[in-house]
Amino acid sequence: MEALKQELKEKIIDILNLEDVNQEDINDNDPLFGDGLGLDSIDALELIVMLDKDYGIKLVDPKEGKAIFKSIETMAAYIKENRTK
Amino acid sequence: MPENKTYIQSFCKIQNNEIILDGASIFKLEPTTFSDFSKKVYQNFGINYSKFFKMDNLSKLAFLGTELLLKNKLDSEEENNIALVFANKSSSLDTDVKYQNSISDPENYFPSPAVFVYTLPNICLGEISIRHQLKSENSFFIFDAFNPVFMINYAKVLLDSKKADKVLCGWVEYYDEEYKAFLYLAAKEGNLEHKTETLLTEYNK
Repeated sequence: MEALKQELKEKIIDILNLEDVNQEDINDNDPLFGDGLGLDSIDALELIVMLDKDYGIKLVDPKEGKAIFKSIETMAAYIKENRTK
Repeated sequence: MPENKTYIQSFCKIQNNEIILDGASIFKLEPTTFSDFSKKVYQNFGINYSKFFKMDNLSKLAFLGTELLLKNKLDSEEENNIALVFANKSSSLDTDVKYQNSISDPENYFPSPAVFVYTLPNICLGEISIRHQLKSENSFFIFDAFNPVFMINYAKVLLDSKKADKVLCGWVEYYDEEYKAFLYLAAKEGNLEHKTETLLTEYNK
């Protein structure tokens, strides 16, 4: 689980071009949207593509994303449960 | 009938890893990629706007030119009615090709929303407007080459009809690491007359 969390931090920084953010800056329970990392709606769509591409998870209902993408902790837990690759 | 002249208040050119502002070189790097050049410009001029790194190359080019051109020229207390009139040759083709590559293989079909949003050239005008809080007229045109006659006439109409207090005119061309930006601020007052010869001279220098 720890390795997955680190992997997610690395991917998020890379895919979302968070140039001025380091892995150490992201705590597992920090909110990814709003006051936390300040991600926006396009970032949310990009995360949905990442789940599909890298973990074989297709989100049928984008509304699910709100709970899944709450933090690194919630993302990692969801991926661990649902990944197909 | 009084003469209705317009003037160039300031101009900026970005080309070959160099930035020229009002005729003087203010930043230059040895040959490198646009990605590296644009990042170093961002750092060198102390720009603090993290969304910059999410932009496509065309928007980065337009953003940096505007950033340097408008520095210390905006009224932070009042709304700035600066219209944007931009043009280029390759539209958003550089990003269009990237996006096409991401959807061309049916077995590996993962279209990127973050790339898709930049598959229109006028998105760079939106980025500039958001950054500088402009709620002004804006247009993006596609021409075979820099077209000073069109720019002069279009800016003049906007200024004469009081649709704008100033007009930021820009040629921002980017395709496959080849780029050139030439931006200038046109207004009713200034020292440098807004005419074809002047624009062509500075553009081609």
